[in-house]
Amino acid sequence: MFTSTLFASILPEILILTIGLLVLVVEPFWKEEQRRNVGWLTAVGLLAAMVISLLFARPGEPISTLGGTVRFDWLGFFFKMLFMFAGAATALLLMDNEKVGHRGEAYLLLLASLLGMNLMASAADLVMLYLAIETTSIPLYILAGFMLADDKSTEAGFKYLLFGALTSTVMLYGFSLVFGFTGTTDLYQLADMLKAGNLELVTTFSVLALILVGIGFKVSIVPLHFWAPDVYEGSPTPVAGFLSTASKAAGFAVLTRLFIVAFPDLASSWTAVLAVLAAVTMTVGNLLALPQTNIKRLLAFSSVAHAGYVLIGVIALTQLGVASVVFYLAAYILTNLLAFGIVMAFSRVTGLEEITDYAGMSRRNPGLALMMLAAFLSLAGMPPFGGFVAKVVVFAAGVQAGYVWLVVIGIINSAIGVYYYLNVLKYVYLYRMPNQDEENHPVPLTRPYAIALVVLVFGVILIGTLFAPWFSWSDAAALNLF
Amino acid sequence: MNFIDTHLLSLILFLPSIAAIIILFLPKGEDKLTRWFAFGASLIPFLLSLVVWFRFEAGQPGFQFEESYVWYEAIGSSLHLGVDGLSLTMVLLTTLLTPLAILASFSISDRVKPYMMLFLFLETGMLGVFLALDLLIFFVFWEVGLVPMYFLINQWGSANRNYASLKFLIYTMGGSLGLLLAVQMLGVLFGTYDLLTLYQRWNSLEPGSLLLGMPVQTVKTIAFWAFAIAFAIKVPVWPFHTWLPDAHTEAPTAGSMILAGVLLKLGAYGFLRLILPLYPFEAKIFAGALALLATAAIVFGAFGSYGQTDFKRLVAYSSVNHMGFVVLGIAAAGLASGTIDANIALNGAILQMFNHGLSAAGMFFLVGVIYERTHTRNLEEFGGLFPLVPVYGGILIFTSMASLGLPGLNGFISEFLVVRGSWPILTAYTAISMLGLLFTGAYILKGIKKVLHGPLNEHWAHGEHKLTEINTREVLVMAPLMVLILWIGLWPGWILNVINKAVGMLF
Amino acid sequence: MDFPVLSVITFTPIAAALLILLLPAQRKNEARAVALAAASFALILSFGVYFNYDQAAAGYQFIEKYNWLPALGISLHFGVDGMSTPLVLLTGVVMFTGVLISWGDDDKHVMAGIQDRPREFFAFLFILASGVFGVFVSLDLFMLFFFYEIAVFPMYLLIAIWGWIVTREYAAMKLTLYLFLGSVVSLVGVLVMYWVQYQNTGVLTFDMLEMEKAGFSQIFQNIWFLPVFLGFAVLGGIWPFHNWSPDGHVAAPTAVSMFHAGVLMKLGAFAALRVGIMLLPQGAQSWSWLIMTFAAIAVVYGAYIAFVQTDFKYMVGFSSVSHMGLVMLGFSTLNRQGLLGAGVQMFSHGVMTALFFAVVGMIYDRAHTREIPELGGMNKVMPFAAIGFIIGGLVSMGMPGFSGFIAEFPIFMGVWGRQWLVAVIAIISIIITAGYIMRNIGQVFFGNMPEKFEGHLTDVTVLDKIAITTLCLFMILIGLFPGFMVPLVQTGVENILRLLGGA
Repeated sequence: MFTSTLFASILPEILILTIGLLVLVVEPFWKEEQRRNVGWLTAVGLLAAMVISLLFARPGEPISTLGGTVRFDWLGFFFKMLFMFAGAATALLLMDNEKVGHRGEAYLLLLASLLGMNLMASAADLVMLYLAIETTSIPLYILAGFMLADDKSTEAGFKYLLFGALTSTVMLYGFSLVFGFTGTTDLYQLADMLKAGNLELVTTFSVLALILVGIGFKVSIVPLHFWAPDVYEGSPTPVAGFLSTASKAAGFAVLTRLFIVAFPDLASSWTAVLAVLAAVTMTVGNLLALPQTNIKRLLAFSSVAHAGYVLIGVIALTQLGVASVVFYLAAYILTNLLAFGIVMAFSRVTGLEEITDYAGMSRRNPGLALMMLAAFLSLAGMPPFGGFVAKVVVFAAGVQAGYVWLVVIGIINSAIGVYYYLNVLKYVYLYRMPNQDEENHPVPLTRPYAIALVVLVFGVILIGTLFAPWFSWSDAAALNLF
Repeated sequence: MNFIDTHLLSLILFLPSIAAIIILFLPKGEDKLTRWFAFGASLIPFLLSLVVWFRFEAGQPGFQFEESYVWYEAIGSSLHLGVDGLSLTMVLLTTLLTPLAILASFSISDRVKPYMMLFLFLETGMLGVFLALDLLIFFVFWEVGLVPMYFLINQWGSANRNYASLKFLIYTMGGSLGLLLAVQMLGVLFGTYDLLTLYQRWNSLEPGSLLLGMPVQTVKTIAFWAFAIAFAIKVPVWPFHTWLPDAHTEAPTAGSMILAGVLLKLGAYGFLRLILPLYPFEAKIFAGALALLATAAIVFGAFGSYGQTDFKRLVAYSSVNHMGFVVLGIAAAGLASGTIDANIALNGAILQMFNHGLSAAGMFFLVGVIYERTHTRNLEEFGGLFPLVPVYGGILIFTSMASLGLPGLNGFISEFLVVRGSWPILTAYTAISMLGLLFTGAYILKGIKKVLHGPLNEHWAHGEHKLTEINTREVLVMAPLMVLILWIGLWPGWILNVINKAVGMLF
Repeated sequence: MDFPVLSVITFTPIAAALLILLLPAQRKNEARAVALAAASFALILSFGVYFNYDQAAAGYQFIEKYNWLPALGISLHFGVDGMSTPLVLLTGVVMFTGVLISWGDDDKHVMAGIQDRPREFFAFLFILASGVFGVFVSLDLFMLFFFYEIAVFPMYLLIAIWGWIVTREYAAMKLTLYLFLGSVVSLVGVLVMYWVQYQNTGVLTFDMLEMEKAGFSQIFQNIWFLPVFLGFAVLGGIWPFHNWSPDGHVAAPTAVSMFHAGVLMKLGAFAALRVGIMLLPQGAQSWSWLIMTFAAIAVVYGAYIAFVQTDFKYMVGFSSVSHMGLVMLGFSTLNRQGLLGAGVQMFSHGVMTALFFAVVGMIYDRAHTREIPELGGMNKVMPFAAIGFIIGGLVSMGMPGFSGFIAEFPIFMGVWGRQWLVAVIAIISIIITAGYIMRNIGQVFFGNMPEKFEGHLTDVTVLDKIAITTLCLFMILIGLFPGFMVPLVQTGVENILRLLGGA
């Protein structure tokens, strides 16, 4: 029973469900002040789930299970582990955010969303895919608007809901058309069916466009990126972190699988369009980040830009390309969570979110400042942090596929990125508070924060220096698609 | 002993620098110790060069006491030292003048240590040029000699020293840029800087062949001018002489002694050692131009000297005047190489180099003596000092006569030889330079008259400005010079023999 | 020997940096002491590498190779040859003297001595040092980039935080963006080379020794040589991409300026040589005329601009542009003498400019001005530093007897062999250099001391003197005994010539 492939293929999801039920059951028994301990429960539970999955649920040869709706392979597995880790970190970061973390429902919603993401990563069927996307998104809509008293949060949640619903409807329409043309919803049979169906290029092109609307929204590529700044700014910061990392990664997981497995012939003609989209996304994201004064908005636009970089790897359509996408996302998840976590830690104490408010932060908490250094330099693509290796690998994939012009745009954009990331660090390290009395305004970290941030920093540095194991896993994951 | 025997030249060359480094570690403030140590240390190279002189075989062709050490193998340069009659004369002059100059500097009390160190480094620089048988080493020491002199003028000189020192440095370095380029070119072409090898191979280049994409002749002409300009600035040949009056005047006394006594000879030596052997053809073509410039130097130098009111500047211009004879002799030798007349002219030129070294050093020193007492060099402010300082007066007259070329003193011999040798070759120029000779007498006598003769300037006769007589140390500085001046004037054979044999073998 | 000396040298600074960061912020002297200990250790090791290099055997020595990511052909491959060994020594020397100069005492507003947060300062400086060492010893292109970028980003922090308040933000950002852009342009070129090599040989590797056998076509090399070479050469300060350098130099605190001009610019030149010339030799031959032109312009233009500066530090900054131009000029000759001279010049100029910036920093700390007309008579107050600066000045003029001559002479010989006109033009720079050096030394050190300074200035500290002596020693040693460095560099040059096809 335990060793059955079916069971193993959905073991992580089962475990997440278990944790969720546990939370549901335990939470009412705890007093108000203790409610935040649900965070510990969630985090520890997720870590335990990861360990158990790694021990018992490792995939072998790729195979579709659960009636062909789920694909049990390294690609999905790797992403699942990443999502669960992100979830654990987010849970810890939520804990001391009073408005959100002291209510057990937040963790439940987190777990629910996580469940959806896991399914997204391993979905092998269009229906399952749609279900998974909705399971991911709906809790996130609620989480985004969780702080009812805050106008911005409400706006964020609402905006996210409206646009998310709209785009996923369009995507669903695309799915239905695919079903109509091919008679199957199984991703792994779609390719053959499409070929057999002898459809005109225009038709299949348009269908793919519809599907891309939904996915593009999730990964925030231009022109479907406009929700990101407002939603990130308004949401509770850990939620924004979770959104920008795990949710986006899930979207990319879907994108790669879809492209390469389900629409391989189309993919080669779509790449030209995607290349342009990638170039535009990078540029728009970076350029719009330049004038930002709110750090969350800056990070939002930076996330948009990073989506552009990842797209380069997708466009490559090679094993290295997919491997680079996976690797990039792993590094990106760690880095961005770290960045948002630091922002959270800071605003928890000061209540401020403008970049200029960070003046003198290096004297208020040198350790936190160093972590911020690591995060932002990783985002900029500097060694010895993960962002560097990620960028190099993605660019290498781009060059291999012959998209040298795109890579050139990528490097120019990286330089723009360096500018605004360093600008933030300038405030942290160079500028001082108005009265220069930083000693009187420390920024203490509570234990959950300290743990989460330190682990994330280690991760960022680890993935940037000893990157061989990570890359091998990414490579193994990529292999599954070819 | 054997070590000394086999390393005579390198000892002569490097002992001054080693002495300078030792001075670095002498206790601060011990000026007397520093001075005497420097003086003593500078006597050693002199003694060693006497040893070389006496062991030197004048009749033997080629270079003697050769030593060669690996230095910059990668580009084909080695520390190759050696002397022949020409360079030995110059070495002797240098090692003689340096101790005298150091002795003359005993009156300096400001930062004695660095002063003495710079002097000794300077000596190494000058000796290196004379002893070098490797073109790169020649250049290295040529440049090395510039910096200590710059600092000596800049730090211990008189009122206008900043301008004078910078002008000296930039002018000379600018001149040597061309030399640098030409040296590099030679090195690139032949893969070695060894002079003896270069003499051979450079002169055996086929006239019609191409070198660096240009005909050999063109390249040789350009290189000739590069070398010539660098050396012409140093000699100095008119019109490249304008750095000289300022540098000589503003330098401290001992600095001027060495500058006029030795440094100018470096330029002339360059002509003799490098230009005439490497570019015989070009030298012949341009000898006329050179002679013209030499004559100009003789005449204008004399006129310039005559017009001065600053005693030191007068002596400075006299250097231009005297060095003009050297260049005239060289020009004659270039034009009619190998003939008896050319040889005579060359003998005269080289002897003039030695003689002028002695007399110029002497003159500058004497100017310094009076300056230290009166703190002015303005001729108009002196007058009738002879009764006050008879010994000084006598020495001044003696040395001036040597500068003037009085028969019986050394100047006459060398100037006569130059004129005798150049007359058949460059008649017109020689004739015109006689005019210069006339004015040489004029300015010398003017100088003496203004200082020593005429009505006594009461200012110096009494009270705190009372002029003191020349003291023992100062007499000791002048004594060897005077002895040599007289000796060469009466019996020049001992030195002419060496020079003559060298000239005969070289040209 | 089996002791992994190169990786120890490379990682010691970063390990020291982590150690320093763990110290409490108040323990300033402990931070400094740890820094000095680490720097001394690295220096001793680099001496060890220098003297144990077997010149007869030549080639790459002290090789260490650890597989890092075989799937992409990335390995941690270290080794030094005749060109990089002196540079490793240079880094050790500059690191050591830089720490000494930055010691600081209880006196605010000093730019040399670091009073404010020395812990972070030394940590970032050492991260930078590790990056520099890493580039010099890397024989794997990916790792070369890795260390190259590590050497870039700390510059931003070091200049922006501890630099000259007037221009530090602007200079730091300009420098970082410029260098970053240059390096990523090279990155694109390298990635292309990586894949083309895979196509040609079937071997997927970033290893430079393998890439030498890759056999890139002439057309490929012609297209890609310029981006690769120029991308790296930006850090070498090649005209017309030198603009970041003077502002960067001036704004940086003293030890950072020493590092920047003394070592970092050599990093760029060296990488341009290693990756551009050695891996794309035919491309280098096609484009050498352009590089020679740029270099010649840099040499003369840099000297001229230095001549008109009134700020002492800007003068030194522009003179660095000029002297690095000489390095590039040597590279562009692609012949034995030129490359030899360039190799020696990298070391000689590194030491000389470190000395210059050190002394300028000492003066600024005391006089609080760098305007030459406002300074004067410094020799009375700090004679030791004055002598040091004078020696440095003589080196910069190419005066024989010092290392500058040993370096510059073969460069010109090499240029003669290629294009005599360039030699003639470039040599003008020597006299311009002599002009501004002597004039400014005269004014700053020997002129009249302005009244406001009388009695208020102190001499340099013992640590400063040690630093100055160390630097002067090298300049004199190589000047008098070129055999100390020249044969070593020659072995490296032979290797490059072999790759160029025995030119």
